[in-house]
Amino acid sequence: MPRLSADARHRIRLTLNGRTVEAVAEPRMLLTDFLRHNLAMTGTHVGCEHGVCGACTVEIDGVPARACLTLAVQADGADIRTIEGLAPAPGRLSILQEAFRRHHALQCGFCTAGILLSLECYLRDNPSPDEAALRDYLGGHLCRCTGYVPIIAAALDAAARLREAHKHA
Amino acid sequence: MSKAGDKSWIGQSVERIEDLTLLAGRGRYIDDIGVPPGTLHAAILRSPHAHAEIRAINTEAARRAPGVATVITAAEVTKLSTSLVVGVKAPIECWPIAAGRVRYVGEPVAVVVAADRYLAEDALELIEVDYAPLPAIVDPLAALDPQLPPLHEGLGGNIASDRSFRYGDPERAFAEAARKVCVSIRYPRNSCTPIETYGIVAVYDPSEDAYDVLANFQGPFSLHPVMARALKVPGNRLRLRTPPDSGGSFGIKQGVFPYVVLIGVAARVAGRPVKWVEDRLEHLCASVSATNRVTQLEAAVDADGRVRALSFDQIEDVGAHIRAPEPATLYRMHGNLTGAYDIRHVAVRNRVVLTNKTPTGLNRGFGGPQMYYALERLMQRVAVELKLDPIDVIRRNLVTAKAFPYRTASGALLDSGDYSHALDVALADGGFAELKKRRDAARAQGRIYGIGCTAVVEPSVSNMGYITTVLTAEDRRRAGAKNGAQATATVAFDPLGGVSVHTASAPQGQGHRTVLAQIVADAFGLAPSDIRTVSEIDTARDAWSIASGNYSSRFAAAVGGAAHLAATRLKEKLARTAAAQLNVPPAEIEFVGGRVRARGNPDNSIPFARLAATSHWSPGMVTDDNQALRETVFWTPPELTAPTEADEVNSSLCHGFIFDFCGIEIDRVTGAVRIDKYVTMHDCGCVLHPGMVAGQITGGFAQGIGAALYEEFAYSPDGAFLAGTFADYLLPTTTEVPAPTILHVETPSPFTPLGAKGVGEGNCMSTPVCLANAVADALGIAAIDLPMTPAKLAAHIHPAEHAPDRARAGRS
Repeated sequence: MPRLSADARHRIRLTLNGRTVEAVAEPRMLLTDFLRHNLAMTGTHVGCEHGVCGACTVEIDGVPARACLTLAVQADGADIRTIEGLAPAPGRLSILQEAFRRHHALQCGFCTAGILLSLECYLRDNPSPDEAALRDYLGGHLCRCTGYVPIIAAALDAAARLREAHKHA
Repeated sequence: MSKAGDKSWIGQSVERIEDLTLLAGRGRYIDDIGVPPGTLHAAILRSPHAHAEIRAINTEAARRAPGVATVITAAEVTKLSTSLVVGVKAPIECWPIAAGRVRYVGEPVAVVVAADRYLAEDALELIEVDYAPLPAIVDPLAALDPQLPPLHEGLGGNIASDRSFRYGDPERAFAEAARKVCVSIRYPRNSCTPIETYGIVAVYDPSEDAYDVLANFQGPFSLHPVMARALKVPGNRLRLRTPPDSGGSFGIKQGVFPYVVLIGVAARVAGRPVKWVEDRLEHLCASVSATNRVTQLEAAVDADGRVRALSFDQIEDVGAHIRAPEPATLYRMHGNLTGAYDIRHVAVRNRVVLTNKTPTGLNRGFGGPQMYYALERLMQRVAVELKLDPIDVIRRNLVTAKAFPYRTASGALLDSGDYSHALDVALADGGFAELKKRRDAARAQGRIYGIGCTAVVEPSVSNMGYITTVLTAEDRRRAGAKNGAQATATVAFDPLGGVSVHTASAPQGQGHRTVLAQIVADAFGLAPSDIRTVSEIDTARDAWSIASGNYSSRFAAAVGGAAHLAATRLKEKLARTAAAQLNVPPAEIEFVGGRVRARGNPDNSIPFARLAATSHWSPGMVTDDNQALRETVFWTPPELTAPTEADEVNSSLCHGFIFDFCGIEIDRVTGAVRIDKYVTMHDCGCVLHPGMVAGQITGGFAQGIGAALYEEFAYSPDGAFLAGTFADYLLPTTTEVPAPTILHVETPSPFTPLGAKGVGEGNCMSTPVCLANAVADALGIAAIDLPMTPAKLAAHIHPAEHAPDRARAGRS
């Protein structure tokens, strides 16, 4: 573990959505602020800054994590994926994102990035989830608009389509 | 409503225009938008006391801290601004920062402006405030006590308004009643807590003495004059803009407006643009809350359950200040106090009290949850006390289908409906008979199971004049009658014949842009993807009025209607121009599939885009009457009249109907409520987008579950705030929200251009009391207040627990 000085800015290099990026941050800077304001990845949202709402969830080294409970310096050397890295191309959406659109699984869209990142990780490891398991897993995300029902429907639909896509891959 | 071509886009669940952007993480919420170079960042020091005199504030050390540009307190704010206007006749001031005294935990005391937020927060810790604590008033009933010291010196007590109303002959109805049934309710504080908090970027231009403020404000824009007056500038020198995207609001982002003044002043003092983004802890403790209310409601009832009269005694706790538009929460439902029922005699006493709690404001349902909790608990009690079926009691009292448009005793004009029919469809299609069997079977097994039901009239499109019902008729005469609700929409053609739409509707995720595209596409025979829509607001450039913004579920009924009218005006002009070119009468012109053509002769046509561009390129070919470039419609419904001399008020334009029923089971050990089945029937007039309507209903249902079972902005007796994090203020998650069964019947509103009514708030009104009625049925209890936590319900299941004998425990 390198020793960091509280007063100094430290160089942080990480892989962000497949690209190497570099920027500086004080040791106390949150990963949310670092992603949003230093790296211009504003798709990651800040909802509570105490780890409950899940809006800021990103994927760090293959695991979903609360960016608001992570310091930017902790991400040095990490492989991070954010909402900006989910779509296959500009103007197109992934299978999971498409399912969200089809099922009206978002309204204001503020919590959505975190939910998508969590589901990306979960469906990779659990390609055939049942509704109860999905509800249990997504209990770590707060959404105030949708009432969750269409989110669950979208996740189940996406899981089925992803299984289908794998079969033909 | 005319359909363009073969099919209407209205009524279809088209995919939302908004979603490609939002799902890709490309939304532009307030904190995602670039700020001017040199923008500074604000952090706010807040009161730890519920009530205290501020003896002194020492900001010297904070001013010397690294990166700090300035620190402002009430000294600067009271010099550069004036108190926010207060909506009642009372000697009360309302500042966006504590002036001399703090009156609630979380009240702003000082603002640090620094190079970044981290440095600003560092400096907060260096500010020294000398507080002399004062006793706090937390209970609204205590606020009635004239012996307790007033929160606001000039007032003499803590009752800011006390009005009594009388409609029909309630005294006689009560004197002659076969039975009287009464409920006593304490409705708690809660809020719909959007996941995005408040945000502001404020710029002050000293050369023109003008403010330019970007804020995720949701309206109503009747607060724009309040902000401009507070900042001591004419309305045209407060340019207020909203970002393209907003992360939910549910009324709450109305409450950003005092901060517009506060951060505006900070920008003026700092001489630089200032940005402030509220954090979650600030939001929970000090943004805004729905009112808590103490209600005594009594009914005069015939032996068969027919309710003849109601008597309301409502004590509304607006917190430490009466912040505009309060006490609107108390009066929003004033025309609808009789709910879905034909009750001609009503007595009301409304008192507004001040306590040491966060000031209240808009919150989804806005007065409906408080009012319907009392009314629908009462209807359940009528059934229980008279040993009648609750469904029969509701049915016996419903306004009948042939009575519409129906004028309620207190003045609302219920536009349309067939409540009995909706009730019948809900019972049949929702499986009510089967649910009763489920209850019987569960109870036979010794389980604690109950059924609840409720009927609600959901008002939408608020009359901007209803708030003045808090004033006496004489005061209203003096102030000038207020009424109406201007909705605006602009439709424009560009030189390539493209169609743009702008409305001043400031959505927070509802999908307004998609619905506007559907409406305008229908008018012109185009596809929604052909239409570009903008729904953010810039008060310096856009058409807007005081009713602009996103509240009182006004979009579908009023704003969507205005867009339809604007598009129709342009269409009529284009049709006349096309008629001249195609040599047919204007009535024979139709707009289909991107072409404008003679009916019955599709070959005789011109491309829509070419026709729409004509007034740009060849105005000489178009008569003056038919110049078609841009049309702005201001639409206000004539039904929204000012309150009468007798205090009757048509508080809203549209009235949807909801009938809900549910089955719940209470865990015999923990007291936790499990929702077994929930059916919600809606008549919201014509449905413009079924997917979005389902979204509004399901989202409101989830928030209703939160209010019913989990959420409370709790305060301790000394006024300390007890719900300061999302670990204390519990929101429902995926594991607590089942899928409701949603049913519809449609009776179009005769008062709106598209026949639509609002549908955004109804389940926040119906669901909490429906669940409470089920809990009351399950436990066989009369009194139950929200939230119905396991601890509260367990007390009804388990015998009282005795505290261990401390003296003996201490000895052993």
